[in-house]
Amino acid sequence: MADLRLLDARGCALLLLLSVLAAVPLYGDPFTTRFFTRIMIYAILALSLDLILGYGGMASLGHAAFLGIGAYTVGILARYGIQSAIIAWPLAMAASMLVALFIGVVSLRTSGTYFIMITLAFAQMLYYFFVSLKGFGGSDGMPLPVRNTLGGIMDLGRHATFYYVVLLTMLAALGLSHRIVHSRFGMVIGGIRENEQRMRSLGIATFRYKLTCFVIAAALAGLAGALIANQILYVSPALLHWTRSGEILIMVVLGGMRSLVGPMLGAMALLIAEEVLSSMTEHWMILLGPLMIVVVLSGRTGIYGLLTKGSRSHG
Amino acid sequence: MDKPLLQVRNLCKSFGAMAVSAGIQLSVMPAEAHAIIGPNGAGKTTLLAQIAGELRPDSGSIVFAGKDITRMAVHKRSRLGISRSFQITSIFNRLTALDNVSLAVQARTGHSFRFWQRARTIPTLREPAMAMLERFGLADRAEDVADSLSYGEQRQLELAMTLATEPKLLILDEPTAGMGVEESAHMVSMLRSLKGKQTLLLVEHDMDAVFALADRITVLVYGQVMATGGPDEIRSNPRVRDAYLGCEETSGVVHAA
Repeated sequence: MADLRLLDARGCALLLLLSVLAAVPLYGDPFTTRFFTRIMIYAILALSLDLILGYGGMASLGHAAFLGIGAYTVGILARYGIQSAIIAWPLAMAASMLVALFIGVVSLRTSGTYFIMITLAFAQMLYYFFVSLKGFGGSDGMPLPVRNTLGGIMDLGRHATFYYVVLLTMLAALGLSHRIVHSRFGMVIGGIRENEQRMRSLGIATFRYKLTCFVIAAALAGLAGALIANQILYVSPALLHWTRSGEILIMVVLGGMRSLVGPMLGAMALLIAEEVLSSMTEHWMILLGPLMIVVVLSGRTGIYGLLTKGSRSHG
Repeated sequence: MDKPLLQVRNLCKSFGAMAVSAGIQLSVMPAEAHAIIGPNGAGKTTLLAQIAGELRPDSGSIVFAGKDITRMAVHKRSRLGISRSFQITSIFNRLTALDNVSLAVQARTGHSFRFWQRARTIPTLREPAMAMLERFGLADRAEDVADSLSYGEQRQLELAMTLATEPKLLILDEPTAGMGVEESAHMVSMLRSLKGKQTLLLVEHDMDAVFALADRITVLVYGQVMATGGPDEIRSNPRVRDAYLGCEETSGVVHAA
């Protein structure tokens, strides 16, 4: 039974998508390869927000801050001559985790609207911090000379190579998140989302679980930041701007919260829509707005929900 | 006799000018079933909330199993062995019945900073949870989402979760509230089966249930203890009869509206 279920419409669609992704650098032009690299980096980012928003029920409007921290870590290290990905990427994750630990300790004492406002406030504070960081480009940001090195094994400077590294990173992040949300830790996070008071009276110190979830999500977002810095070879405060946090939020909701794969599809859908619609009109958000409303009104299951529905009707 | 498992001394709590607990004294012996009765607004639920830790008392002390827990956080009290059900059913509505109880088992079995193994395949969580559902006649609803259970089943599920934490003291806030006659009788017989093994502190409006279950009864009126004693003592106490049990002879159920 379980084996058969792998072959439902949803499974087929995802397998097809994965094959397409794997083939992009082989058949696509450099622009497409670069475009899909960007999509996959944002997929990691949306996936990480799903951990706190979808699974943890914590609506953060400051997630771009961790993207920015990760990117700046890579940028600043490069400035001081540290080019190795083996060193820079883990440090980008660690820096994001450290900042998340601090933000989380303060903001996770609140919930709902207050949590949204506090995470937004922290993210904007960090935005202006990097704007004022004149030594590292201030509001203009700073370019990176080259991509990080991978111990001489691979040349990340080649777009196709970098593409596959990002693809593998994305799959690893998905696999890891999948394990986490189904683990004992994930069950506790789900319980807190459903009924925090009940979790406490069952004997769970809910705060430290929420904080851990927040920090794990920040680590993945920081990794996405390290990748995006390598992708565009540029870091700037724009990476941390709150509108970007809003965009990530849209990706998660559009794709379907609490499904991991959904938000990744959401990232793809939003970036493709942006690419296609913005070539038609400058005000492409006017077209995207109604689409978002339809998705939200149709039961909050997003793109992924549509796929699941399809698989159900097929048996 | 043993020392009391729970000892409440001089507990005071006010909301503004209103004293909801005005010097409450209460002791619960191990393995005793202790009922708290009193008219609506007597401060029964606030007393339970202070014992469980959701509310901080203004003064007085709560000692549980020899430890002063007056200012201890809810989850720590739960770890010590105080587990409760709520007046308004408190479960995980969108999780399955089995997941609900598994989480309770998991909470008992130490910390949950375990990120790798699939929780739903761990026999030491699933088997005790399933056994608990069987005990409550909910085994065939195990894979159903809690939301889809009937009201009575949800109440049963909450009790199953509470028991799954293997508490030393089980606190129940109106376990039969809102239940039909049959469901209510089922719940009372379930609770009777715990008698003598499980220390029980319950608030209940259904006097038939109270007299069927309780070894001792505390009558609470306006945040103060009016009387404490065995069921017969309470039944024959003239002050209690006047203040509270007066209408029992006519209706059989005291339910101050």
